[in-house]
Amino acid sequence: MRLLELQRRMAAALLAPPGKRGRKEAVRLIKPNDRLSASERLAIYRRSYWARLLDSLAEDFPGVTAIAGRRRFRRLAVQYLRDCPSRSFTLRDLGAQLPDWLQRHPEILGAHQDLAVDMARLEWAHIVAFDGAQSPLLDPEHLLEPGPGMRIGLQPYLTLLELAYPVDEVRVALQSDAGQQPARRKAARLANPVFVAVHRSEGTVYYRRLEPEEFHLLQALRRGRAISSAVRFAFRHSRHAPADLPRLLETWFAAWARLGWLTVTSIDRHQV
Amino acid sequence: MRIPAIFPASRMTPRFANSHYGIGVGLRTPHIGHILEHKPVVSWFEIISENYMVGGGRPLAVLDRILEQYKVVQHGVSLYLGSAEPLQRDHLRRLKSLIRRTGTPWVTDHLCWGSVDGRYTHDLLPMPYTFEAARWTARKIRQAQDYLEVPLAVENVSSYAEFHVSEMTEWEFLNEVVERAGCGVLLDVNNIYVSSRNHGFDPLTYLNAIPPERVAQIHLAGHSKFEKYILDTHDHPVTGPVWKLYQQAIERCGPTPTLLEWDDHIPSFEEVHREALKAQAYLPVAEAAAT
Repeated sequence: MRLLELQRRMAAALLAPPGKRGRKEAVRLIKPNDRLSASERLAIYRRSYWARLLDSLAEDFPGVTAIAGRRRFRRLAVQYLRDCPSRSFTLRDLGAQLPDWLQRHPEILGAHQDLAVDMARLEWAHIVAFDGAQSPLLDPEHLLEPGPGMRIGLQPYLTLLELAYPVDEVRVALQSDAGQQPARRKAARLANPVFVAVHRSEGTVYYRRLEPEEFHLLQALRRGRAISSAVRFAFRHSRHAPADLPRLLETWFAAWARLGWLTVTSIDRHQV
Repeated sequence: MRIPAIFPASRMTPRFANSHYGIGVGLRTPHIGHILEHKPVVSWFEIISENYMVGGGRPLAVLDRILEQYKVVQHGVSLYLGSAEPLQRDHLRRLKSLIRRTGTPWVTDHLCWGSVDGRYTHDLLPMPYTFEAARWTARKIRQAQDYLEVPLAVENVSSYAEFHVSEMTEWEFLNEVVERAGCGVLLDVNNIYVSSRNHGFDPLTYLNAIPPERVAQIHLAGHSKFEKYILDTHDHPVTGPVWKLYQQAIERCGPTPTLLEWDDHIPSFEEVHREALKAQAYLPVAEAAAT
């Protein structure tokens, strides 16, 4: 048997969901010894595989775990890993597709699906903010000679979220009073759309609430719009009076610069 | 014409060149605050490369602070040199970037496989000990070593299964790979002990088969005993039989950088460091053997 075939067959036996024993394949591939059968030896690796990956997901998504409950989270995690096996060398990326996967499977969490999707998006953004890449900060010199393709961009580690539930508050509360009140009850009581930036400062991850216009302006900048176009887009349905605009822009840009969110990006000259 | 000797860990490093590294400790998150605050005297820290192959944030900031004070050696867990798929360029690129940051004098990973068709198991799976697997693995090691531009040493893993297709023993396979690759060995004496109990061989037979000039580093760790097998859990102090095996290893290999791994139920830094420093008791024997 060639190396590739052995590894494919061993991986298939290993990654089969818990409960499926794969005894026949184990016998074909693995030698027994005087204490353990081939399938018992395979089972050592299978237990280790599932424990490692399920623990990793639960650690990265404590909010989703709290919403689903531990048992249901474990079931959904097994299903998720079957549909979205790890394609990265690092466990850090294991949950990258969980928010979209939950969105595609309303049957799993029923009435709590939207809440769980919001929480999964926040918790994935938390991972990105923790160790995501950082681009050079916007420098005044960039503004002196901007060039036709220059745009103000945002740090790659910053995620902007429009959420139906205030899961940022729930996630913070989970750390302080875990188990005192079911997360889904707490979130449902607070149901209220919010805009959140998940970012970091000096190594600590923060959730910062944004005004709707501030959120749309940042999103437009991230998408490569020029500043004037981004401002028009952000305030197209604004409740703010036009006279308030200069003060708001000054406040927001000063805050974003202070937080280190702004960077420089360039767009294709053909798009200019 | 004199043919240059092949040295441990690489074609570049003379034997014992890194012996001054002495006893190191694995850098683990629960200890970082203590280390940065108290700056304990530690010869070197081993980091898990993958924990720092990230874009930015706290992991790299902490690493930079550690690098201001300490020597660091990189140990990887996911190159999967024995996987039947080619090396991943992006992985190597990130690893090389980290190597430039840490200045690690050598880099290590495991003689195992863990991915197939782009799917990762995140485990250190045992190799089938075949000549085909040895040739393929050695080729990948040479490619990795050439790209990374630092000596590479491969670690023997602990295992719980053996394949029917194997054509040789584990130690024969290890030697076949490292001779073909011209790389070093990270000799994990705990893993030799664990595998010897799980597969019923004499750990000394394994140890005595390893060319000492290839051994670039030694790992020590604790394990857990179950009714029918032993598991490499890294959650206990080093056991007596493993210390005995370490003594025999160090007598054969001479002074060799040695590291204690403790990855689960991690006690205080002082306790881990104390356990690691027990290895110092064996150094005079190693030095005598080297002269």
